[in-house]
Amino acid sequence: MLTYKELRRLQKETPSGLPCKRIALLGDTATQMLTIALRGTGVSLGIHFDIWEAEYDSIDRLISDAQSEFLTQHFECVILFQSTHRLLQNHARMDNEGDRAALADNRLAFIKHVCTLPQLCSTPILVFNYPEIDDSVFGSFACGIPSSFLTQTRILNAGMCKLAAQQKNMYVVDIASLQNKYGRDAMFSPSVYASTEMVLSLEALPHVAARCADIITALSGRIRKCLITDLDNTLWGGVIGDDGLENIQIGHFGIGRVFTELQLWMKKLRERGIILCVVSKNDEQTAREPFIKHPDMELRLDDFAVFIANWENKAENIRQIQSILNIGYDQMVFLDDNPFERGMVREHLPDIVVPELPDDAALYLEYLYSLNLFETTSVSAADSLRTRQYQEESARRATASSFVNEDDYLKSLCMQGKTEGFTTFNIPRAAQLTQRSNQFNLRTQRYTESEVETMAHSDMVIPLCVELSDRFGQYGLISVVILKKSEPETLFIDTWLMSCRVLKRGVEAFVMNSIIKKARTAGIKRITGAYIPTPKNNMVSGLLPQMGFALTKTDADGTQHYALNVADYKEQKCFIEEV
Amino acid sequence: MQEQEIYSALNEIFRDVLDEESITLLPDTTADDIEDWNSLSHIQLVSEIEKHFNIRFSSREIMMWRNVGEMVQTILSRV
Repeated sequence: MLTYKELRRLQKETPSGLPCKRIALLGDTATQMLTIALRGTGVSLGIHFDIWEAEYDSIDRLISDAQSEFLTQHFECVILFQSTHRLLQNHARMDNEGDRAALADNRLAFIKHVCTLPQLCSTPILVFNYPEIDDSVFGSFACGIPSSFLTQTRILNAGMCKLAAQQKNMYVVDIASLQNKYGRDAMFSPSVYASTEMVLSLEALPHVAARCADIITALSGRIRKCLITDLDNTLWGGVIGDDGLENIQIGHFGIGRVFTELQLWMKKLRERGIILCVVSKNDEQTAREPFIKHPDMELRLDDFAVFIANWENKAENIRQIQSILNIGYDQMVFLDDNPFERGMVREHLPDIVVPELPDDAALYLEYLYSLNLFETTSVSAADSLRTRQYQEESARRATASSFVNEDDYLKSLCMQGKTEGFTTFNIPRAAQLTQRSNQFNLRTQRYTESEVETMAHSDMVIPLCVELSDRFGQYGLISVVILKKSEPETLFIDTWLMSCRVLKRGVEAFVMNSIIKKARTAGIKRITGAYIPTPKNNMVSGLLPQMGFALTKTDADGTQHYALNVADYKEQKCFIEEV
Repeated sequence: MQEQEIYSALNEIFRDVLDEESITLLPDTTADDIEDWNSLSHIQLVSEIEKHFNIRFSSREIMMWRNVGEMVQTILSRV
């Protein structure tokens, strides 16, 4: 992690042309240095954080006045940083027990009020939680007193977890966890606080800024989806090929508990949708043996989407995984105990995240926790099925190689497609797709759940959510189209995206046919659309002309505008049966 | 440690933190004399000085310095 000094230097020379995020930072203590740390962190990630810093301690005024300089501006994201110190002062100044016992509820009501203001309700609000201060007024007995400061702080933090689950635009910046990890004396510097009223130490600033940046970048789709792990001395202690099944350290043998807990962690990641893969220098059969025969292994073969054990170069093996999963290298994390392998992979695949694992395996987990590798801004029920879907994909690939003719192969899959509008069931996943799809995405418009919900109720929007299945299994929701009525009898394709897992299945033809069907039902004569180029979405640069659209205009920034008369549309060939 | 050594260490720290190679501190130098030496960068300077000399200033000391000379006297009394 960069130091505050380095971050400060970085942000001084923000390169021009970086993508920009306009952010508001509202604090009740001094936030100038946090602003600097955030800007620097942005530059280190290749983003320009354009931060509007609220006047010192002006939150209540800015929120209550609809004409305030805050509520009259538009921000892509708002950061609300209210400190435990202020909370403690307020608590102390209260003159009765009842008020003190209601402190947490009051703050929660305030946070909810901010998140639901009409001006802010579709803006992501990042709310700092409250690192604890034990004021020692009651000693440990404070835990049994509902109005004590410690109890109220804990109720408040737990209440924020509950609130974040309901309030779709609220994201907790969990600095209480940072304090748990690094300790209060590292997070807070009393002398810095005394002279500047800043509640974060210089050493804490980069960590706090990183946690904010993790959320902000996850909101725009930068998330890690896959964890690739080595085996020997990474997933168990020892070398299976040399030591043999009985002598690898896992479970109760040697420092086995270290690896047991690492595996349990990975299992939880897998359950929440992170794809696990193995890349190991081993004979395949030897590498698989512990997963099948060792009683103490927590992970089993079916936890992995792709399992590669051979003597090839690891970078090459990871390329192969990439071709199966169809995700960016920047969405992958590679774990290996061997510095040589790590260096090799980094050199060949610079985008992949390669944690510098400590020499001592006992330190692996705490180190990995500190990296916050898997930040996300949404989870959906479909996430946990992902590993199975990739296993199905491997089976499909095996089938595909037996067909010479692509059409015959597509027919053999017996694909079925289902289209529907936004429903309470598909909105979380649809929002997630708008945030995460980078490649097959015409305009890369990102939407939060609450924004999608708003669109679901709008007369001006026709949404199309497409689910696909075939004889190998369910893909679930894989394509989202958002059509907006721009003029009478004209629809504009605001969003057309598709999960890259279903490339080359003819889904785009199926979707286009469905768009036209919808348009005809709604009495639409003309459809317009645009391709906004990004570094990642070149694969759809030709999508609209391929579907029969004509180019009408090209902007200076490369955006291409297209139009199609519904009457001129020729049905696209498609092997997906509508159900 | 001699005063002169402290001045040369401070010069380096100030130049590094404030990104200004021309800084040369004198006993009567104050924040008004150096661009970018403000209340924010002051915290950073103090933190770097503490690290360099492996000492801790009290918040009273930090508030009381009227010029670099007084800062150097505090450091001298500690190292």
